[in-house]
Amino acid sequence: MRVEDFLSGSASRFADKVALVDGARRSTYAQVDQLVNRFANLLRSRGLSRGERVVVYCDNSLEAVVAIFGTLRAGGVFSPVNPTTKVDKLAFILNNCRAAVIVTQYKLLDVVREAMAHSPTVKTCVVTDAGEIDGGENIVSMPTAMPAATTTVPCEPGIDIDLAMVIYTSGSTGFPKGVMMTHQNIVHAANSITTYLGNTPDDIILCVLPISFDYGLYQVLMTFRIGMTLILEKSFTFPQVVLKKLTDEKVTGFPVVPTIAAILLQLQNIKPGMFPHLRYITNTAAALPPAHIQRLCELFPNTKIFSMYGLTECKRCTYLSPDQLKNRAGSVGKAIPNSEAWVVNEQDQRCKAGEVGELVIRGGHVMKGYWENPEATDRVLKPGPLPWEKVLYTGDLFRTDEEGYLYFVGRKDDIIKTRGEKVAPKEVENVLYMLDGIKEAAVIGVPDVILGAAIKAVVVLASGAKLSDKEIIRHCAGHLEDFMVPRVVEFRTELPKTASGKIRRSEVQAEAMRAVGMNV
Amino acid sequence: MFGPIGSRVRKFIAESFMYRDGLKTLDDQESLLEKGLIDSTGVLELVFFLEKTFNVKVGDDEVLPENLDSVRKICEFVQRKQQPQSQVCVA
Repeated sequence: MRVEDFLSGSASRFADKVALVDGARRSTYAQVDQLVNRFANLLRSRGLSRGERVVVYCDNSLEAVVAIFGTLRAGGVFSPVNPTTKVDKLAFILNNCRAAVIVTQYKLLDVVREAMAHSPTVKTCVVTDAGEIDGGENIVSMPTAMPAATTTVPCEPGIDIDLAMVIYTSGSTGFPKGVMMTHQNIVHAANSITTYLGNTPDDIILCVLPISFDYGLYQVLMTFRIGMTLILEKSFTFPQVVLKKLTDEKVTGFPVVPTIAAILLQLQNIKPGMFPHLRYITNTAAALPPAHIQRLCELFPNTKIFSMYGLTECKRCTYLSPDQLKNRAGSVGKAIPNSEAWVVNEQDQRCKAGEVGELVIRGGHVMKGYWENPEATDRVLKPGPLPWEKVLYTGDLFRTDEEGYLYFVGRKDDIIKTRGEKVAPKEVENVLYMLDGIKEAAVIGVPDVILGAAIKAVVVLASGAKLSDKEIIRHCAGHLEDFMVPRVVEFRTELPKTASGKIRRSEVQAEAMRAVGMNV
Repeated sequence: MFGPIGSRVRKFIAESFMYRDGLKTLDDQESLLEKGLIDSTGVLELVFFLEKTFNVKVGDDEVLPENLDSVRKICEFVQRKQQPQSQVCVA
């Protein structure tokens, strides 16, 4: 099975059922299916060949979903990119995956044009929401071009071991790495997750997470896999609007990250029992504090809370069965169905209960590697129990209890988790060093009740340089996605260094943790 | 427009959100959401600012785009809050 078969399968079973709600627009499976055919034929008419990459650089919308499935149906590979990504990084991604097409919105067109000027492989830019665009023949208006495209199903898109997606993740070297997922990988993950969530076609999912983020993206994929209905919101900016949708649409599944849970718990007007239809809430990206889990259970007494853990390289690793939540609130459970998870020590031997080691994942959801980056791939994909397979070394430290339940302990590297997204300090430091006047920089995460960790830049200015915290933050905002931009800047006269002169970021991080009473 | 309320709100938005994007001007009517200026944590900061600066209490059910999604809407909201027995949008 290929990923686009999720849609054709549901369109044949539930043609007139609402598949997707985007604002006031309600689209049935048959309608989405037809739009996807048109988009696939549009891509083919623009010369897209099997296996070529299409970057989808959009806010959550029906058009972004059509672009993803249309790419697959045309035989292409999609790459979802956060719409707050700035020119330099967008150009890096377009060049790195040698994208042939980029799909975007009118408001992002200036950024795209600038990035395209440095990306010679991009032949076509499709704009989802503008009728008339003055930009030459390589810029195509989706509203204008779609009605002219045919609705026939394109032939021979490929087979299930073909690549379906390249999704970029923050790399500890400071450059993003493209995680390669085949159709088989995605089908495996979607089947496993919908199994433990017990999804049925009666489920109605509310997604406020960006579909450029794999947790948000999978809400779309799993909805189409099962034939559910997806309420696609652009953000969680106004929680009351989202809560009203939960009620009005009789939502049964609500995926959150800890930042959303923290905001929900601050609201005074949520009362226990207000959402009788809500069957489950899922949390991943970072662990919920046990106190938040307890409060969520009180506010949503008839709702199952799933604590989960995963990383882009295999989508999802573990989940905690909701019946275990009371006794093991700090655990993220066990391996998801049809996969295995275990913990190894430095000698690669399996750890005993209580012993801390690195989590290893085995299963059909493990990525094929990082796009054209064999060195980075070899560091995380290593030989598994069978001679032909590779297993994923996650870089995350875990321990198990006597019954084999897994507990997250920390990262092996210095990746910061903020708002549920991964940030490599090096990526932010590289941007800081682009600014004249920054002599030294160390980027760390400081505990924040809403964000999980807030990004903090600790800098030393060159002699004579005059930079304010606002100037530094503005510079970062011009080059980084919103979640990567430091919230706080601290100025120092020097930073701790090793004997060879390398900045000891871990020392700066440890100082910050001690300052808030947390020992590391 | 909106006298001292307007200037304080504009100053707060400029200092808290606009400088990050290097945005110099913002029309009073423009949507903060559409401009990408505000997110869920930004809304919390905005509410905290309004409560502290104008001595009003913003209920959770008033934290809506109808009340807070542009300088104009924010100012009108504050004006309504400052008048006793006034009508404001609630969820």
